[in-house]
Amino acid sequence: MNYVIIGNSAAAIGAVEAIRCQDDQGKITIIASEPYHTYSRPLISYLLCGKTDLQRMRYRPESFYSDRQVTPLLGKTVSAIDPATKTVTLTDARVIPYDKLLVATGSVPFIPPMQGLDQVEKKYTFMTLDDANALEEALTPKSRVLILGAGLIGLKCAEGISNKCAHITVIDLADRILPSILDERGSQIVREHIEKQGIQFSLQNSVASFENGTAHLKNGESVPFDVLVIAVGVRPNTELVKNAGGKVNRGIVTDQYCLTCLPDVYAAGDCAESLDITTGSQRVLALLPNAYMQGECAGTNMAGGEKKYDHAIPMNAIGFFGLHIITAGCYEGEEYVDEKYGCYKKLVTKDGLLKGYILIGAIERAGIYTSLIRQKTPLDTIDFELIKEKPQLMAFSKIERLKQLGGVKG
Amino acid sequence: MKRIYVNEKWCLGCHLCEYYCAFANSGSDDMVKALKDITIHPRIKIEERQGISFAVSCRHCEEPLCVKSCITGALTIHDGVITIDSDKCVGCYTCILSCPYGAVMPSGSGAIQKCELCVKNSFGTPACVQGCPNKAIVYEERA
Amino acid sequence: MAVDFLYPPYEVIRNHDKCITCRVCERQCANEVTRYDPQHNRMISDDAKCVNCHRCVSLCPTRAIKIVKTDHTFKTNANWTGDTISAVYRQAGTGGVLLSSMGNPEAYPVYWDKMLINASQVTNPPIDPLREPMETKVFLGQKPDAVQRDEQGKLINNLAPQLELSTPVMFSAMSYGSISYNAHESLARAAQELEIYYNTGEGGLHEDFYKYGKNTIVQVASGRFGVYKDYLEAGAAIEIKMGQGAKPGIGGHLPGAKIVGDISKTRMIPEGSDAISPAPHHDIYSIEDLRQLVFSLKEATEYKKPVIVKIAAVHNVAAIASGIARSGADIIAIDGFRGGTGAAPTRIRDNVGIPIELALASVDERLRQEGIRGNVSIVVGGSIRNSADIVKAIALGADAVYIATSALLALGCHLCRSCQTGKCNWGIATQRPELVKRLNPEIGYQRLVNLITAWTHEIEEMMGGMGINSIEALRGNRLMLRGIGLTEKELQILGIKHAGE
Repeated sequence: MNYVIIGNSAAAIGAVEAIRCQDDQGKITIIASEPYHTYSRPLISYLLCGKTDLQRMRYRPESFYSDRQVTPLLGKTVSAIDPATKTVTLTDARVIPYDKLLVATGSVPFIPPMQGLDQVEKKYTFMTLDDANALEEALTPKSRVLILGAGLIGLKCAEGISNKCAHITVIDLADRILPSILDERGSQIVREHIEKQGIQFSLQNSVASFENGTAHLKNGESVPFDVLVIAVGVRPNTELVKNAGGKVNRGIVTDQYCLTCLPDVYAAGDCAESLDITTGSQRVLALLPNAYMQGECAGTNMAGGEKKYDHAIPMNAIGFFGLHIITAGCYEGEEYVDEKYGCYKKLVTKDGLLKGYILIGAIERAGIYTSLIRQKTPLDTIDFELIKEKPQLMAFSKIERLKQLGGVKG
Repeated sequence: MKRIYVNEKWCLGCHLCEYYCAFANSGSDDMVKALKDITIHPRIKIEERQGISFAVSCRHCEEPLCVKSCITGALTIHDGVITIDSDKCVGCYTCILSCPYGAVMPSGSGAIQKCELCVKNSFGTPACVQGCPNKAIVYEERA
Repeated sequence: MAVDFLYPPYEVIRNHDKCITCRVCERQCANEVTRYDPQHNRMISDDAKCVNCHRCVSLCPTRAIKIVKTDHTFKTNANWTGDTISAVYRQAGTGGVLLSSMGNPEAYPVYWDKMLINASQVTNPPIDPLREPMETKVFLGQKPDAVQRDEQGKLINNLAPQLELSTPVMFSAMSYGSISYNAHESLARAAQELEIYYNTGEGGLHEDFYKYGKNTIVQVASGRFGVYKDYLEAGAAIEIKMGQGAKPGIGGHLPGAKIVGDISKTRMIPEGSDAISPAPHHDIYSIEDLRQLVFSLKEATEYKKPVIVKIAAVHNVAAIASGIARSGADIIAIDGFRGGTGAAPTRIRDNVGIPIELALASVDERLRQEGIRGNVSIVVGGSIRNSADIVKAIALGADAVYIATSALLALGCHLCRSCQTGKCNWGIATQRPELVKRLNPEIGYQRLVNLITAWTHEIEEMMGGMGINSIEALRGNRLMLRGIGLTEKELQILGIKHAGE
């Protein structure tokens, strides 16, 4: 069996590890545009603030490819997939045949059209190691940084560079920061915390135009800056599949087995859609854990096993300047809110199930909540009052605990 | 493989497992030296309420969500034992988000910590198991 | 608060240099002796509540605690000792009978310690139990006078029902109620594994333990608690309890507070009612009456099970035993004055009854003289502390021994003698669920098995030393004993020579 994987991040690694659980003979080729050993992209902000380094941010050990007999073609880019001949073509015209193909191409930063943007000299996105290195090089202790986007990437970037520059302003169209994972109150708490670090926000705002190192904003203000970071969002890399005739919505459409509508072509990770079981909708869940597990599922199926990718939920663990946030699921339903000692908790229930939660500050044992969502545990089978108080196994029945902790089967 | 199993029927809520765990992972050869006048951060923790108590520590799942979710590759599983490379860990807490048992916790050093079945310290049998006075925590092979 | 004149007998000494304030001592003390003082980050103790059970001492991970007897003292007085004075204060304060538990702790002679065991030299070589077979098995029950044959000359089985013991030790009666479910389970499982017997005591048999029936002796006491057909049929033997060494002349008493849940169900009495066993069996006022009960029980169980009659060792024990041996009973159990109890009036426990060593010697001698020794087996209890005590008991004429205090010690008992409070920190003499769970039968039964296995090895070693390879050959073999520091009278009663003779 000849496996080809386009991409070299979490989904690709998940696929390799899953394939090798089933098939230690087949040939695996990884093709990736970036010339680096597999590394964890979410770590680039940690790299900038010195919490990790190039060595430690490797997603897998140095010997990963040789241990698993993977041929890495790094620094090579695929230009086309031909499902008819079952080949991929590289930009250097090389043609590589496959029996099973995984598209794990991830996403690219979205850069909205803005007047005068092309005049801005020091402008960066914040996604890859190269992005991070370029940004770091551009920064001086006197730099005034303007970040477009108060989402996960923009704010992680702000945290990462806060010690390397003079001032940071973050602009977002939305009326609150981290709108994709936080509610209003949560957003306010996190915002206040970040503002204490000297980072300035300008919300419900956007850049009208750039001119001579100044951004003119929609609300009439002007912000002088030296370095611009664009982090308004990402777009799934779907072109290869789309051009090959595969079905693409916002991301690549896959079935429960991570198979696209092209034969023997699978897709996983940030480029692909999957079923969000909290809402029942198909969507791109661009998160590293999901990417790994989706890739793992694809790999299993590529190697002849059978595995469904059917527990996907949106979820995030993130921290800013020591304040930790864990969220999961969706927030439509009945709410339980508790705020004390500077910690915030929201639990959202619907149809007798836990659908989502937000924890800020006190995040201990959050996985117990995540599991309730993921396993769709009926809340009438547990003591919900205890669960509201804190995540605890005490809320489960004795029998359930015997299974969880006592190794009792059935 | 051998695993830790907890039977709440015999748990006395004495919390000794927590102290033996903290000692075993302290790197010290003397319990008093290691634990006097500090707040301990054990990898096994007792839940207790209304006469019921039980210890919770890493189950070393066969399909470990924490390992699969780890964004740095710091959590790995070898021979069924899940360990943390605290040098690699950046403390993003995605593992805390993922663990269905709530058995992964912040360590105070920035990284996370979890039960590693005492494979990294000198105890052959996990310290919590050795220290449990009532066999509420056992370490054994089960089919 | 009125002054009670009582000073705490024990002091909890904590080495604060070693204490890591883990608070296990606080959590594990049902007497609430210790608590944590957050202001000073220190554990503090109320010595007055301490019963010296060592639970905190045993669990303290840094060995930071010890319990010492107070050196607080009254003016020295050999007659009015501190304990004697305090007892008066206590009773003057409460107006109540003093209650105690476990066995008589007073400084009476321990005859076991005044007897020495023989060993072979030269003429009758010792036997090495590691290389040669050594039989510790005993059968308890009536032995026929002679071999009988039918007309064809074939053997007639004229053997009465017997109890078969792999080693001459049994766990004596401790009721479910006086001790916990987990203690009972430990005893039952150990008896099964050891191929010996445990005894239900007078509290009936919990339904969960019927499965251990093959290794169970069911007791019928004066209160008849929990006695019914299935119960009698469940056991391997039936014991009629006439008396108990710790409190001869009075019956058992389990307060209503302990008659809860399964205890009430097993005893077959309403929850909360006191379980007071009458001092006598109200249907037994003579050996003839006893015989009626013996045969009623045999009739009820189709003569398949041996019947044991248990009495306390009292002054005229030999005459009483002679009567019992003629009552149809298969086994006589004699309980010495050091036998334990879950609760007894202190004055009775400490002053009534006689030592088991003397009782055993005189009973065995009397039954031999009367030619009825074969009518019954003799089992003795009341402070058998180790394997040497067993060897001496058998040499004095016992068929087997009953142990209880040493079994409880194996389970964790520290002889604090506070069973009557119901707050046993070791999960033995308590019915409080949070305390009962402290005794995991998985651990408990194994410790009992270990103890009896170890003792059996030692018995074999001592037998081998004497050149005896079967325990049956040791029974009543008083030549194997010599007294030390005993008077002529004591030697005469024990039927042994003095060391050097």
